[in-house]
Amino acid sequence: MVIPILVFVGLLFIPIGLACYAASNKVFEVVYRYDTKCVPKNMLHNKVGYIQNASINKTCTINLKIPNAMKRPIFIYYQLDRFYQNHRRYATSFNIAQLSDPKEEANADIKDCKPEAYAAKGIPVVPCGLVAWSLFNDTYSFARRPRRAGGIGGVEALRVIKSGISWRSERERLFGKHVYPKNFQNGSLVGGGRLDPRKPLSEQEELMVWMRTAAMPRFRKLYGRVEADLDAGETVAVAVRNSYNSYSFEGGKAVVLSTAGPLGGRNAFLGRAYLVTGMACLVLALLLTLVCLFFPMTEEHLRLR
Amino acid sequence: MQRFVYINDESCRDSYRDNRVSNTKYTLWNFLPKNLLEQFRRFMNQYFLLIACLQLWPTITPVSPATTWGPLAIIFIVSASKEAWDDYNRYLSDKKVNERRIWVVKDGIRRQIKARGIHVGNIVWLHENDEIPCDLVLIGTSDPQGICYVETAALDGETDLKTRIIPSICADLSSEQLGKIKGVVECPNPDNDIRRFDANMRLFPPIIDNEKCPLTINNTLLQSCYLRYTEWACGVAIYTGNETKSGMSRGTAEPKLTAADSMIDKLTVAIFIFQIAVVLLLGLAGNIWKDSHGCKLWYLMYPAERPWYDFLVIPLRFELLCSIMIPISIKVTLDLAKGVYAKFIDCDDQMFDPETNTPAHSANTAISEDLGQVEYILSDKTGTLTENRMIFRRCYISGVLYGDKTGDALKDARLLNAVSSKDPDVVKFLMVMALCNTVVPIKSNDGTISYKAQSQDEEALVNAASNLNMLLTSKDSSGIAEICFNGSKFYYEVLDVLEFTSDRKRMSIVVKEVKSGKFLLLTKGADEAIFPRSCPGEQTKTYLEAVEMYSHLGLRTLCLGCRDLEEDEYKEWSKKFQDASCSLDNREHKIAEVCNSLEQGIHILGITAIEDRLQDGVPETIKLLRKAGINVWMLTGDKQTTAIQIGLLCNLITPESKGQLLSINGKTEDDILQSLERALTIMKTALERKDLAFVLDGWALEIILKRSLESFTKLAMMSRTAICCRMTPLQKAQLVGILKSSGSLTLAIGDGGNDVRMIQEANVGVGISGREGLQAARAADYSIGKFKFLRRLILVHGRYSYNRTAFISQYSFYKSLLICFIQILFSFSSGLSGTSIFNSISLMAYNVFYTSLPVMTIIFDKDISEATVLRYPQILLYSQAGRLLNRSTFAEWFGRSLYHAFVVFLITINAYADEKSDMEELSMVALSGCIWLQAFVVTLDTNSFTCPQITLIWGNFVAFYMINLILSAVPTLQMHTVMWHLCNQPSYWITMALIVAAGMGPVLALRYLRNVYRPSAIDVLQQIEQTDGHAQAPGNLESSTGTYLDYLLTDLRRNKSSIHQPLLSDSASSR
Repeated sequence: MVIPILVFVGLLFIPIGLACYAASNKVFEVVYRYDTKCVPKNMLHNKVGYIQNASINKTCTINLKIPNAMKRPIFIYYQLDRFYQNHRRYATSFNIAQLSDPKEEANADIKDCKPEAYAAKGIPVVPCGLVAWSLFNDTYSFARRPRRAGGIGGVEALRVIKSGISWRSERERLFGKHVYPKNFQNGSLVGGGRLDPRKPLSEQEELMVWMRTAAMPRFRKLYGRVEADLDAGETVAVAVRNSYNSYSFEGGKAVVLSTAGPLGGRNAFLGRAYLVTGMACLVLALLLTLVCLFFPMTEEHLRLR
Repeated sequence: MQRFVYINDESCRDSYRDNRVSNTKYTLWNFLPKNLLEQFRRFMNQYFLLIACLQLWPTITPVSPATTWGPLAIIFIVSASKEAWDDYNRYLSDKKVNERRIWVVKDGIRRQIKARGIHVGNIVWLHENDEIPCDLVLIGTSDPQGICYVETAALDGETDLKTRIIPSICADLSSEQLGKIKGVVECPNPDNDIRRFDANMRLFPPIIDNEKCPLTINNTLLQSCYLRYTEWACGVAIYTGNETKSGMSRGTAEPKLTAADSMIDKLTVAIFIFQIAVVLLLGLAGNIWKDSHGCKLWYLMYPAERPWYDFLVIPLRFELLCSIMIPISIKVTLDLAKGVYAKFIDCDDQMFDPETNTPAHSANTAISEDLGQVEYILSDKTGTLTENRMIFRRCYISGVLYGDKTGDALKDARLLNAVSSKDPDVVKFLMVMALCNTVVPIKSNDGTISYKAQSQDEEALVNAASNLNMLLTSKDSSGIAEICFNGSKFYYEVLDVLEFTSDRKRMSIVVKEVKSGKFLLLTKGADEAIFPRSCPGEQTKTYLEAVEMYSHLGLRTLCLGCRDLEEDEYKEWSKKFQDASCSLDNREHKIAEVCNSLEQGIHILGITAIEDRLQDGVPETIKLLRKAGINVWMLTGDKQTTAIQIGLLCNLITPESKGQLLSINGKTEDDILQSLERALTIMKTALERKDLAFVLDGWALEIILKRSLESFTKLAMMSRTAICCRMTPLQKAQLVGILKSSGSLTLAIGDGGNDVRMIQEANVGVGISGREGLQAARAADYSIGKFKFLRRLILVHGRYSYNRTAFISQYSFYKSLLICFIQILFSFSSGLSGTSIFNSISLMAYNVFYTSLPVMTIIFDKDISEATVLRYPQILLYSQAGRLLNRSTFAEWFGRSLYHAFVVFLITINAYADEKSDMEELSMVALSGCIWLQAFVVTLDTNSFTCPQITLIWGNFVAFYMINLILSAVPTLQMHTVMWHLCNQPSYWITMALIVAAGMGPVLALRYLRNVYRPSAIDVLQQIEQTDGHAQAPGNLESSTGTYLDYLLTDLRRNKSSIHQPLLSDSASSR
């Protein structure tokens, strides 16, 4: 029974693995890590000082070479490295009731949000907690330089659509239509990005994306999408407004352009794992067969058959 | 220490307790604290309480405290209410006993009071068939000779009636005087010795002599016995309530813990230690990480000032995170499973006894696994192995073997012819059968005659004689016995009774034929006691052969003889006999000597053979059980010879050529110890093939226990069989205790009140609801109708229960460890901060719903069919040696859970990396991975697939998705819509398949290799079942399989002692 099962699994898994692999290979992505690149050479010894100095203009432009043609929609992600959104002190530091319902807002028990629960004089912060407080606030703007036949062509801005990046359930239920940011980032210590207090939370999609905490210290979050096809060899210029402090914990920041396949982004893992498992099953089946051929069962045992 | 009982004296009624009998464990007031205390004696409960308390601290708890408090409360309430219910039932039965109406005489007036109102010193008046309410000293009976009969079965299990006699100074008291009697009884303080009562009594004026009169056990009526064949009797209460001899020997039943349970407890402790180590390591690492990295993470806002207990927070978080390593559900699951095993036993049609209409019943639902691990069976004899019904089967008279064709002499035409033709030898033989006894014939109103006898053998003989037209019609008080043979009446005057003692092994009576005036000595006894005293020249050889033949058939033989006496000779002897009877010192010896002088030159008339029929299926059952590696001991109150005969008959011991019976006895203490040492040496040096057994009696045991317990224990551990005769109930329990303390698992089976203590003492007590009443069955953990059902109880139910519990318990640890290892692995990527990858709902539901249901399928699982188990009983050795639940099997499960945790975790985080790295999704993927894997693990280890099993395993799957899809619809939960998203992603399903394949592949391959190269005995039998299909295996194959199994199991057999070595040392240290 066992050997046929192994063979069957092996034979089943290898084609699936190949299919996954192919699916993943059809997805193209461009990753550019800019956290160090965007710090001027003279400030490299004091990156934290650089990022915390409000008086410096921290815009930097990077050029991304597109190796393969990318079909629309192209998703733009920011990727953080060594950022522990899953840390216990962090991951639980929000209040779900406060986000959805303006009635709950006043009397919600926001103890869990400490130390970002109350502003001065005990007024609750909306949205409270460390997660919201540390909202990612680097911004990107994109421009394409299509490769023309002769030399450098003009610059054409790419519009980044930033709506629809969150889940519908988040927009409609979890984040209330009548809840507005209050006292947010008003403390002495400013964490990450600020929110427009005139916009209800249900429209603050970047907050929603950020607040769906990541499970691993390296993660990507959707920044927006571009509804345009990019050609192979063309260059995309990204103007990064670098303001998020990843330097104090030596974390990495990167911008990612990626298309999407049926299995999501480019991830060779499933395909490889399937191939390996399938092969392993076949090899195991072969080994077991060989072992049984060369070292037959004990005599007493055979007599029973 | 003495107690003085003043008869009929109200002034001292309060110096001793009243007659309230109480078997309850709790009172209304102490129930809660006592029960809680008892429950918290278990390590697991203490642990859960600690965890539950820690969870109340919100800073450290990863999940809501309800996850522990809820189940904990349920567990406690369930076990407390079970205890309360049991105790309430005990209270009710006590109440029934206490409220019984009893006649008591006070100041000469008879009154009826409640049994509990009897005080020490009261005079209790009993009527025929009354149960005796407390221990009494007999002072009067309706019988002019001051005799009454009691049935002591409830106390010592002996069914014959016992004669009790009033003390000499109370003789000749009229019933009016009895009511007003005053006096004092000086007796020892309450004890549990039902064979001894050394006291004396003095009566006060006006009733006369101030002389001390000695009292013995023969002057007492003990609690829970019954008064029989006596119109009335009265006695003075001396011990009351729980202080009576039966109350003192009752003892309280301790709750029993199975060997599997204690193994689980041990594993729990091991896991606990492992958990502490993990927690300390992770806690330390977590603190270091916090100081070196955590402080740099501005988004965590670690305060500069930290409280003093800060260094404790992370370790305690990990402690709570890892607390699920010890599954709280294991107790509930196991209790539930055990309840189902018990129901299986209750509902087993094949253990239903149609004769007595009794099904098997398990009163104790908690110890079924122990049945599968039994090493010693200690069985009572009478009523348990035998039917406890003596029947006259055969006889040998003057050269003719009657009944050897039909098996029943009463139907043998030759004997019937001889009776009708008045063959003188046969007539004489029948006359001895009818007369030579102490049977009392009782004529009922409708003219039928019934016999009451002290010994069942005598009753059988008299009944047989009456069936052969030799009717003992009456015996009057003057000693004239009337016999009716073929319608004509004969009268004999019984002059003397030369009583039976176990030393003499014979009894005789001297009668005078009224018609002719001839004197006759009629005698019956064991062959070895009669033959040497026969007339010179008598041909004893043929008789010997007959005796031998009969005992090979397992019949109890008696040799009958007679002798004509000259009148002078008798007169002379009679005087000597009178003297001896009156002598004050060494009376017994003197009487024996005098009797011996008369019992010479006996003319042998023939041999009777009585059958105490074995219950049906007993020899086969014992053979099977012994083949299964169980040591069977017989503990009986009966005589040694009978015990040995029954032992031979029911395959307990093998006859001389192949077996050897080592007898441990002797006249003096030193003799006994010497023979013990001798037996030990023989046992040590004997060949393995020879079947050795030892025999000892109660007296020898008493001395051995006092002087040489250690070598006896050694002997007991080596001996597969033993026959212990003349055991008191206490000694039976002591033997069980000895075996138990040496680490063996014992099962005691019996049917009478005398077995109650041993049944309670043994790991498993089985009662036979038999002819001796229901006392044993009530005290027992299991009650069955017949001994033969023990085979199914042990081999089928016990074995399955053990296997199932072994799986369920280890599986429970596996699934908890699996989820716990994932948490630990996750903590390495969450900055060692103690974040739980799973949310509270998932964690709680994982233990309660997702994983408890599929494991329930194992309750219905049968690794090999019942028929196969019964055909190859040696497979029991496997569970007996604890092969399915021990450290190495547990290590296997541990490794498996570690491997599976890696598989689930690594695949999940890699498949759900980068933009998919969402906490809620990832946690749900990992959880589904666990559910998938464990469903396959259960499927792999299930051997029989029945409808409920498939429903439970795969239905659980459906339930998992249903629950999570529904939970995903709740907007206030963080996992809102997560499951919907996942189910729509092809990559989710692809990931699940990958987890299952990667997790199960190596497990399958390893199992295959082991099946082929190192098959366990169970694997072999499974293969046989598969290849055989339904066809019966041919005989030679079966035997070769048997040998192969034996070969596989020899290791177990040989290592058995070493396997139990750790158990042994552990049990010693735990005490």
